Amino acid sequence: MLNISHSIEPIMPHNQLSLLLALSITTLAACSESKTPVTSGTDELVVKIGAAAPLTGPQAHIGKDNENGTRMAIEDANTKGIIIGGRKARFELISEDDQADPKTATIVAQKLVDAKVNGVIGHLNSGTSIPASRIYNDNSIPQISPSATAVGYTAQGLKTVFRVMSNDGQQGKALGEFAAKTLNAKNIAVIDDRSAYGQGLADEFIKSVQANGVQIVAREYTTDKAVDFTAVLTSIKGKHPDLLFFGGMDPQGVPMAKQLKALGLNVKFVMGDGGYTPKLLDLAGDAADGVYASLPGVPLEQMPGGKDFSQRYEAKYKQPIQLYAPYCYDAVNVMIAAMQKATSADPAKYLPELAKITHSGVTANIAFDEKGDIKSGAVTMYQVQQGKWQPLQTMGGNTTISAH
Amino acid sequence: MDILLQQIINGFVQGSVYAMVALGYTMVYGILGLINFAHGEVVMIGAMVAMSVIQLLISSGLPPLLILLISLIISIMVCMALGYSIERIAYRPLRKAPRLAPLITAIGVSIVLQNLAMIFWGRAYHAFPSLLPNNSHMLSGAIITEVQILIVLVALGMMGSLLLLMHRTRLGRAMRAVAENPSAAILMGVNINGVIAITFMLGSALAAVAGMMVSANYGIVHYYMGSILGLKAFTAAVLGGIGNMRGAMVGGLLLGLIESLGAGYIGDLSGGFLGSHYQDVFAFFVLISVLVFRPSGLLGERVAERA
Repeated sequence: MLNISHSIEPIMPHNQLSLLLALSITTLAACSESKTPVTSGTDELVVKIGAAAPLTGPQAHIGKDNENGTRMAIEDANTKGIIIGGRKARFELISEDDQADPKTATIVAQKLVDAKVNGVIGHLNSGTSIPASRIYNDNSIPQISPSATAVGYTAQGLKTVFRVMSNDGQQGKALGEFAAKTLNAKNIAVIDDRSAYGQGLADEFIKSVQANGVQIVAREYTTDKAVDFTAVLTSIKGKHPDLLFFGGMDPQGVPMAKQLKALGLNVKFVMGDGGYTPKLLDLAGDAADGVYASLPGVPLEQMPGGKDFSQRYEAKYKQPIQLYAPYCYDAVNVMIAAMQKATSADPAKYLPELAKITHSGVTANIAFDEKGDIKSGAVTMYQVQQGKWQPLQTMGGNTTISAH
Repeated sequence: MDILLQQIINGFVQGSVYAMVALGYTMVYGILGLINFAHGEVVMIGAMVAMSVIQLLISSGLPPLLILLISLIISIMVCMALGYSIERIAYRPLRKAPRLAPLITAIGVSIVLQNLAMIFWGRAYHAFPSLLPNNSHMLSGAIITEVQILIVLVALGMMGSLLLLMHRTRLGRAMRAVAENPSAAILMGVNINGVIAITFMLGSALAAVAGMMVSANYGIVHYYMGSILGLKAFTAAVLGGIGNMRGAMVGGLLLGLIESLGAGYIGDLSGGFLGSHYQDVFAFFVLISVLVFRPSGLLGERVAERA
């Protein structure tokens, strides 16, 4: 400790704060020093992976699922004994709760930056990933979101931004075509929850159905905390649509599906990936029957490593995968693969490798385009039939993903 | 026309939900002048306990209404114990402290309860078993379900019995005495601590009933459900005149109707310029205007001043 403070002293500025600063730097240095002595090359290399998702609040169950997926990848990597640049790497998870709140997300992002993470898996929501991405970018820390699908996330032109899931442009287009062509909807009503995700997806959906010559008869809004939608649904009922699209998550989708039935509104109910959860089946009961939802990528059973992954996940966490856990798992592994290629966990060194990587993950073969979007933009449509999600068709994307 | 009627029914039901919760806020405020911000969380705990009991009993073969009754009674008892403890631990030691202090502990209690519930019941949404008959009835083109009718009736019943309690019983008189002047009440032989404890327990019992009705209506429970509901109910209580039982009912119904009609018609009336996302703006705008022109709420004054 004394040693280090001596070495730091000469570079300290001569002001009143210098003592305090020196002390705190010394303590910090001492802390990390005690964990990773750099005396010999054979010692462990500690790689800190930051993760951010809502771990409290209405979306906590999905956020925890993300954390579980990330943690599983990190524990797997530690068991495997990954070598980066000749040193055995030990991965550490630093998980933060962003409460699905854009303001909290920036605080959490700064916290992760201050903790000197080597990369970030997150955030869950588009509304949090976008503001946080600027902070990671300013500090040159690569960020892979497992689940932020808003087009705006990768459209900022930031070099550090990636995602392993198709974006809302791809998803909204597929959903719109599905509504117009497969379901033959003529009059469509749209509700969104005004989150970056819900709003973005609803806008892309509307663009797509209008391109297919279908008209939007009602455009209504709610929030991501509401449970009562009878007012907007009644207003929609007066406009006689045959299909209702909701851009939002399952906590709102469930009461909405129930209230649709209670109000006698006979429409096809379609949601994006926010609706495709086992929880929706469990919560909505009979009201879930017939609900449509999409999920970027191919069905879990058809993912290259999907079956094996879901079995291991259930054995470990005693609950089914909610939504994005496999994508989190892949995000971590892609990051590690890039570090191995670059033979360094230094963000500046492995970032170029990450941009041009090809990695065969659990969910798909992962490669990024110049913006950081995943290249294979497949989207699968599902419907609840007899209390289960049944895949209907996979649309868009290239066919490089083989089922086996 | 049937759409308008449906919107009015929607607003009425939603308003009754707010009113049920608002009654709890307003009763405690009326007696103590304290805004019990933990009340929304007590509603949530009531719903959670009822759900757990129903899940335990559902396979026992008892008739559904009996299960419902048992779970309601247990949930009321748990909430009363909780209400008593909250008062004893978080508010009583601060009774002589400046007004801000119990307000802060109230927020603290609410965070503690929310997080305890999260640890105990988990982060997931839970389905609230639908045991109540929930058939729909047509009312000249509009639809109302049996649970919704029950909610309106329960809210009215709660308000009525509270008014009776306040003005027709010895306990009610003691409560009003404490509200008016605690020191004088002691001199008259009123056991203040006892009366305040009972006030909290009654408020919590109301919360348990409200929690059960709300969950039965929406069919889902979640540890987070109390905060938004509490906020809206608090708004309703202030709108009607906090501390006033009839005010809570009027405020709740009014807020429900404003939200429902606002969300339903604002888009069409403004030619698409304002959409249903202005629902809350609309509701809070009404609240602000009421407070500017009638700072004590629509029906004004606390229980005591009226006595």
